[in-house]
Amino acid sequence: MLEVENLRKVYDTGDEALTGVSVDIGGREVVAMIGPSGAGKSTFVRCINRLTEPTDGTVSLDSEELTGLDDEELRVERRNIGMVFQEYNLVERLTVMENVMQGRLGYLSNWAALRRNFPPEDIERAYELLDLVGLDGMEDKRVDELSGGQRQRVGIARAVIQEPKILLADEPTSSLDPETSSVVMELLTHIADDRDVPVLINIHEVGLAERYADRILGLTAGELVFDGTPTELTDEAKDVIYRGETFDDTSHSGVDEAPDQETAVPETAPLLED
Amino acid sequence: MAAEARTWQRPTAFRSRRRKWLAYVAVGALVVWSIASLSITPQRVVSGLGQGAQLVNQMTPPATGSENALRLADRMVETVAMAMVATVAGIVISLPVAFGAAENLSPRPTYYLSRAIVSISRSIDGLIVAIIAVVSLGFGPLAGIVAISFKTIGFFSKLFAEDLEDIDMGSYEAIRATGATPFQSLVYGVVPQVIPRFTGLSVYRWDINIRSSTIVGIVGAGGIGVLLQRAYSRYEYDYVASILIAIIAVVLLAEFVSAYVRRRVQ
Ligand SMILES: Nc1ncnc2c1ncn2[C@@H]1O[C@H](COP(=O)(O)OP(=O)(O)OP(=O)(O)O)[C@@H](O)[C@H]1O
Ligand SMILES: [Mg+2]
Repeated sequence: MLEVENLRKVYDTGDEALTGVSVDIGGREVVAMIGPSGAGKSTFVRCINRLTEPTDGTVSLDSEELTGLDDEELRVERRNIGMVFQEYNLVERLTVMENVMQGRLGYLSNWAALRRNFPPEDIERAYELLDLVGLDGMEDKRVDELSGGQRQRVGIARAVIQEPKILLADEPTSSLDPETSSVVMELLTHIADDRDVPVLINIHEVGLAERYADRILGLTAGELVFDGTPTELTDEAKDVIYRGETFDDTSHSGVDEAPDQETAVPETAPLLED
Repeated sequence: MAAEARTWQRPTAFRSRRRKWLAYVAVGALVVWSIASLSITPQRVVSGLGQGAQLVNQMTPPATGSENALRLADRMVETVAMAMVATVAGIVISLPVAFGAAENLSPRPTYYLSRAIVSISRSIDGLIVAIIAVVSLGFGPLAGIVAISFKTIGFFSKLFAEDLEDIDMGSYEAIRATGATPFQSLVYGVVPQVIPRFTGLSVYRWDINIRSSTIVGIVGAGGIGVLLQRAYSRYEYDYVASILIAIIAVVLLAEFVSAYVRRRVQ
């Protein structure tokens, strides 16, 4: 169970990327976070494993507060968080197996890691995962010989072999064609089921979010403005997420536009206030 | 009646043509002044050419006596050995300095310290370092090894640090995100990215070090240069010629090997 409370991030440049986001994610749900470019989606997931240091607020994973940990404690806790990246972030010159095994480094001594001396059960797990993601027999290929879709599957295997308590994905399909995107989304939802972990996916294609997610979060200008199921994501709700208009009277949107918006949104829509 | 023809001139980097000509005149004057202050007169050039011809005359044919050849071979082995040891030692010391001097991987204080080491090593010419090494360590190859290693540090650390700064940090970050230690992340995320450049730079520096190793003997720091200096001071110009030919052969060979290896790894 991931519990995020009042998460706020102000970059050194003064940009307030998150204004205080609270959300709980648990079970085996697939959560898609949507929102316009610059809304703070990447910042949000990166603040969870503290690749980006949050300014304020707390993040807890199974009651362990990540935001209070020192470097070594954080390192140990990061083993429970898998992450998949838009640009895959694999090491091109290493083999598929070595890239997958990076997910187990946190359990290895430095010396064993240097000698590529992995425990047999980890290697077994890697083979099983390569099977699962459809890359069986590719273990000795160098990553720079793979297609984008194949690379992303290696990235997913690397995250899943960690046996994480939560899987984060920052725009995992943005560098892929539509067909491959679907395959990757299917794989991620399958993993949530199969491994019994929640998956949080940043994504800008709303269609994919609606098709694959159990729950959708809408982020606008660092603020969570929608939290509901795909069916609850009405056109009006999308307008709110993508136009950056909220029900707050003091928002920057035109004064005479605000009442219009209010009537346009059905009362059942689970739009969050403020 | 045609209107007056319009003209066009290529804009100059100096912004105005007046400034351009001023700059040219200034540079020209500087060269003339330099020649004048070194008192290089046409007569001096002519007499120099004469002496050169005489030297070439004395150099041919090069000495081929077996005793000379033996000493030459001996010193040449020492030269190559010095270069090898200095290259390995220099690179081993360079590694931590290079990682320290890579802005993306190093904390601020380490970065500045490493950059300072690089600057110091680069700012002093190799022969001056060799003289200092000879004065503090005595004549012989040890001084040469120390001097060449010292120069290797500045060169290798600077260029290797630049390669480290050019890596894709995404994969390093992804590995850190799995809970790997910083050391493991370097080994898996950074090292594979820079191995080819590391190999290329190493052989390149080895080839430069072979050349340096032939010259440091001039100031007594071991190697073939010692022999060369001695032969000169005894006016044994035919032997000087043999030594020069041997140096050229070895340097060319090293350059060839270095170029070949670099082509293969890149
Ligand atoms: N390293 C950084 N330094 C300063 N400002 C940043 C940094 N990263 C992001 N920002 C700012 O924070 C805000 C949120 O950025 P973020 O990358 O989280 O958005 P996003 O929703 O992921 O957008 P996209 O869909 O384009 O990926 C933006 O205004 C951005 O300019
Ligand atoms: Mg983003």
